[in-house]
Amino acid sequence: MSGHDHEHDHEHSELSETDLRVRALETLLTEKGYVDPAALDLLIETYEKKVGPRNGARVVARAWNDPDYRKRLLDDATPAIAELSYAGRQGEHIIALENTPTTHNMVVCTLCSCYPWPVLGLPPVWYKSAPYRSRAVADPRGVLRDFGFELPADTDIRIWDSTAEIRYIVLPMRPEGTEGWSEEKLADLVTRDSMIGTGLPKRPGKDS
Amino acid sequence: MDGAQDMGGVKGFGPVEPEPDEPVFHAEWEKRAFALTLAMSRPGGWNIDMSRFARENRSHADYLSKSYYQIWLAGLEKLMVERRLVSPQEIEQGKSLVPPKRDVSTLSADNVRAMLHRGGPTERDPVAPALYAIGDRVRMKNINPPTHTRLPRYVRDHVGTIELVHGAHVFPDTNSLGQGENPQWLYTVCFAGPELWGADADPTVKVSVDAWESYLETV
Repeated sequence: MSGHDHEHDHEHSELSETDLRVRALETLLTEKGYVDPAALDLLIETYEKKVGPRNGARVVARAWNDPDYRKRLLDDATPAIAELSYAGRQGEHIIALENTPTTHNMVVCTLCSCYPWPVLGLPPVWYKSAPYRSRAVADPRGVLRDFGFELPADTDIRIWDSTAEIRYIVLPMRPEGTEGWSEEKLADLVTRDSMIGTGLPKRPGKDS
Repeated sequence: MDGAQDMGGVKGFGPVEPEPDEPVFHAEWEKRAFALTLAMSRPGGWNIDMSRFARENRSHADYLSKSYYQIWLAGLEKLMVERRLVSPQEIEQGKSLVPPKRDVSTLSADNVRAMLHRGGPTERDPVAPALYAIGDRVRMKNINPPTHTRLPRYVRDHVGTIELVHGAHVFPDTNSLGQGENPQWLYTVCFAGPELWGADADPTVKVSVDAWESYLETV
């Protein structure tokens, strides 16, 4: 057996072990009467299917379209976001960060994985992992290169480490060539990464 | 605590590797571990600060060798065993060996939506006026508690500027130990890159943390 195969098998059996452990734990906790499996199913469905970055994209699209909404969002994001019925766990105190031609915002949680669930859903693996958590605050330009883009050398980069329960969502700049677009069509341009600060919105006709 | 979880500025972890079209969960067990963690907080009676401490409170080797949801699982097991909801033997065997703990309230499916909508807001009435205002320069204390704190190592002893004042919020350092919410004024403190990383560091970079008043010293 080659070294690579042995490692792969080891990792595979480790994960199978974890799978068995979690199944056994759920059986145990259900037997004890501590958890209701129907509640577990609903929690999973909520975050797998219902709550995701499409929520945040609608918030951004509305801010692009409606200057009064934009102002409300930047003044006090939590109630402005609640106007679209997005609220609750891990989004109790939200601040919207405005990207400008001179300032680019990026959000991280170096200590764990804090993330604005009601507008972005659950965080991607890279956001919760050591490379991003360690480098975002020290080498943000290097991180953006890992995501495939560069900012001009004179753009200020502002990193927000979510060490408390304040949660941050980036309001990216509206792409050119979108005058008169509906909110729904604008929302299609708003990527998850553009609301974290590790990407830019899609451009009409250029990015699929 | 100065554990492996305090990762800001640590070198050697390699490039960020985004996964295209990644699924929310990568395995069935991740879904169940996620749901069990959320569902157990009511019967368990712990708060989010206790939860975070339970996850990070392990050796560097242990923390760094586990995937994200493996850390969640380890934290959940620790919290439950501490509170005698289950025993280590019951976890190993996957079955109940003694009667369940009494007076434990379960999260029903009917209550899930309300629980998620309510969340866990941490703002409280302040007990004193804020010590600092926007524009003030402050130094982050050099504290190194063995228990939970949200003051990362990379900003300790560094000088920054108050950028935002957030009201009084539950203080995790005591809340995680069951010593009370002790709400303190919470601030966003902003640091110039070179202040944190040295004179040769990128001057276009600014980094902020959200810090409670007792993390700060007047400059």
